[in-house]
Amino acid sequence: MVGSTNQRTNLATVMLIQDSNADHVSESFADRHASTYRTLRLYARTFRRNTSAMFGLAIVVVFLVVAAIGPWIVPFPEDATGAVHLDIKLQPPDSTHWFGTDEVGNDIFTRVVLGTRTTLQIACIVTGVAMLIGVPLGMIAGLVGGWVQEAIMRVTDVFLSVPGLVLAIAIVGALGPGIVNAMLALSLVWWPGYVRLVQAKTLALKNEIYVQAAYSIGASKLRIVFIHILPNCTSPIIVKASMDMGMAILGAASLGFLGLGAQPPFPEWGAMISIARTYLPDWWWYSFFPGLAISLTVLGFNLLGDGLRDILDPKHRD
Amino acid sequence: MLAVENLKVHFDVKNNRGVKTKLRAVDGVSLHLKKGEAYGIVGESGSGKSTIGKAVLNLAPKTEGKIEIDGRDITMTNRANEAWLRQNAQIVFQDPHSALNPRMTIMRSVAEPIIVHTKTRGHDLRRRVEELLDIVGLSKQFIYRYPHELSGGQKQRVCIARAIALEPSLLILDEPTSALDVSVQSQILEFLASLQRDLNLTYLFISHNLSVVRYLCQRVGVMYLGNIIEEGTTKTVFEHPQHPYTKALLGAIPYPGATQPQSAPPLIGDIPSPVDLPVGCRFHTRCPVKVANLCDRLAPEHHHQTLGWASCHLLDPDLDKVGGKPE
Amino acid sequence: MPDKPILSFIDFKLNFDTFDGVYQAIDGISFDLNPGESLGIVGETGCGKSVTAKSIMGLLPSPPAEVAGGGIWFDGRNLLKEKSSTLKSIRGNEISMIFQDPMTYLNPVFTIGKQIVDVILAHQKRGNHGRSLTSKQAFQYGMELLDKVHLPNPRRQMKSYPHELSGGMRQRVLIAMALSGQPKLLIADEPTTALDVTIQAQILELISELREQLNLSVIMITHDLGVVATVCDRVLVMYAGQIVEDASIKQLFNNPSHPYTRGLLQAVPDPAKPNKKLKGIPGALPNLLNPPIGCRFQTRCSSASEKCTRMPALNKIRTNQKVACWNVGTT
Repeated sequence: MVGSTNQRTNLATVMLIQDSNADHVSESFADRHASTYRTLRLYARTFRRNTSAMFGLAIVVVFLVVAAIGPWIVPFPEDATGAVHLDIKLQPPDSTHWFGTDEVGNDIFTRVVLGTRTTLQIACIVTGVAMLIGVPLGMIAGLVGGWVQEAIMRVTDVFLSVPGLVLAIAIVGALGPGIVNAMLALSLVWWPGYVRLVQAKTLALKNEIYVQAAYSIGASKLRIVFIHILPNCTSPIIVKASMDMGMAILGAASLGFLGLGAQPPFPEWGAMISIARTYLPDWWWYSFFPGLAISLTVLGFNLLGDGLRDILDPKHRD
Repeated sequence: MLAVENLKVHFDVKNNRGVKTKLRAVDGVSLHLKKGEAYGIVGESGSGKSTIGKAVLNLAPKTEGKIEIDGRDITMTNRANEAWLRQNAQIVFQDPHSALNPRMTIMRSVAEPIIVHTKTRGHDLRRRVEELLDIVGLSKQFIYRYPHELSGGQKQRVCIARAIALEPSLLILDEPTSALDVSVQSQILEFLASLQRDLNLTYLFISHNLSVVRYLCQRVGVMYLGNIIEEGTTKTVFEHPQHPYTKALLGAIPYPGATQPQSAPPLIGDIPSPVDLPVGCRFHTRCPVKVANLCDRLAPEHHHQTLGWASCHLLDPDLDKVGGKPE
Repeated sequence: MPDKPILSFIDFKLNFDTFDGVYQAIDGISFDLNPGESLGIVGETGCGKSVTAKSIMGLLPSPPAEVAGGGIWFDGRNLLKEKSSTLKSIRGNEISMIFQDPMTYLNPVFTIGKQIVDVILAHQKRGNHGRSLTSKQAFQYGMELLDKVHLPNPRRQMKSYPHELSGGMRQRVLIAMALSGQPKLLIADEPTTALDVTIQAQILELISELREQLNLSVIMITHDLGVVATVCDRVLVMYAGQIVEDASIKQLFNNPSHPYTRGLLQAVPDPAKPNKKLKGIPGALPNLLNPPIGCRFQTRCSSASEKCTRMPALNKIRTNQKVACWNVGTT
């Protein structure tokens, strides 16, 4: 049995060999990952029982699909790029214009659908960049300690003590309005939360016995970081990221609303509401549908984050 | 094989008024272990017994003292010593549930020391892990499981497999069975005993459970507040304890039997804090037979018997017996 | 047994409703506790000993805990059927409990004195004392209690905070609090597991002393057969939610009869026989989500047969010894 294993040259071949011989230690991909499957099934089962988390997941999936296929399903694609149809301006929702039209006669449905992609992009990039800055800094602070930790944490404290949006407004104000600058500004105010989270988690994990065991084995610092600490930090990071997606959407919309983010006629929800608010309350649909889209995505990401916390945080299980 | 000379481990701590003081976890301990010997260190919590194990493996900072393993002086922590130490001495921790990375399969956990220190990879690695699991009595089916799918006893076997992966000559066992149920504990103890015989390992066995130490070890040292106060062959120490603390400790074990043996009344009070050590003999605050005006002034010396020694003034042949008498 | 039992379990069953299914924690246990008796419940992790104690105190949140049958009778009252106000006055006043980790049950931000006084005043609010104490008297009474549990210098300890005390002293404080309602029954759930042996010996001696002094009935829950031998008259051995043996200390150690009890005794290193070869019990605890039908030890038992798929009753095989095993005692 050992001999047959020995002849195989690498694990990839092991995966490919269809073992018909019953004597062989057949080891398919499924065998080797049976435990992972079991864990994932348990996660799935726990998640399915959580109605609100499923609801959140459904919302997020719907918006992701809309973002992916948006340009092909919208009835008036040219309306997102600055078309003007003044003859049909500010029409209430009807069968052609489901969400009505705006002050230059653009279809609001089209603009909301196409805005999804922008919004999700902003959310992903902002959270992603924040994680890229925050996670390594937090880990360095937690592991190295001493004055390095002091320096990192005090800078973090300074950032946390200024309201994020105000700081972001100041940054965009300095850089000039625009969608890229808005993303940059949001990312710059977003990372301190991750530093805090990861630093605390690293400090706790550093004292875990399996990390001590790794030291006693002689594992290098790098190995300990990437194999022992980082994988055990991922759950809270994922949960926070999911929640932050919602918050980043709100932040981006707020900047757009203040005229500091995406510029009209670019279809962005916050920017749309910014113009639409002057048409309230008579032409309510103009601001209502972008607003609804914002609320739903934020709600979706928050419910999803809650659900993920329930399954990923072992303290909440059992 | 393992020689520890006058080991001291002091930690800086702040007391509740914020003043820096020294916590003397280990304060002048010397140990000499022969090859293939199982040496037990017993003591209560706060006696510093676990710190000794960690200091030997350089997992706790040494304040003073000299450590030699297999004739090699590893007191200095340079790169060469470090690498050598990691391959020749290993530790098994108390709580198997937290000693394994929850995100790593058993295969990866056991293989880790091999990956870190050797060039073995692929099938050879796989075969070596299977071999190790076989030694500790686990079947191959566990290889891709995660720790949470294993029972406590199985996890401890995995930890032992990881510890012996590089064939170390010294194994430090830090309360390896106290987190386990008795029926599992006995299996692990049996296994540890046979492993020692098969691989000619030297054990430094740290435990608060005296019966377990008696079962597994040939020699034993009793620790109290950072010092070893009595040492000898297990038989001598357990059957003819010299030091009053050892006597009290032995008398305090609840005996699992229908009739309780006659024993001395339990010790009074708690262990003093290692931050604020008593002057003189460290045990004098709780000692039932202390000699007034002597034990609270002078630290006792080691008094050798045939198969061990104890440090107590009452064993001093020249002692002018002023106050209490040994029972 | 001339006295009427103070506590009776009658075919008590308890389940936990979990994500993975119904966890059958207690499977029909019956036993009596006589006034003034000290009863040990031993077993390994997952045997249901702590759950048994907590169900007496009503400490198991429901859901997930769910009583699936049987009853717990205390002093002629069914604890599962009484009104919650009656239960409140029984628990704490007539039955009280101490736990493994005393720190968890003491509030770190209040002094010992404040916490004891609170407990005393809360108990008398529920009546049952026949006297009404002012807080000054309650403070005095608290000091008496601390003195009773041999805490040195009670006046100073009343003013100290839990973190200033050692583990053994905290356990003494908890015992003092447990005694404040003048209970008839004291349940001790692994009270010495977190303590060092020399301190354990002190606490065990204290419990024995108080028991004699106050005529307490004691239920001692522990995994340590040595502890049981030191403080108990009688022992229940539990395995996987079933009582497998119910015997006096003498019978248990001299004539262990259930295969599990025998296995357990062989697994403990005996200080008197250091060279005795230790034997573990092969196998592992069955999954209680889907336990074997009948005797739950059958999966690890060397003499299991087909009969074992029906649960044997606890049969009296000697004076002071009952065993639930088909292979024992029918001779």
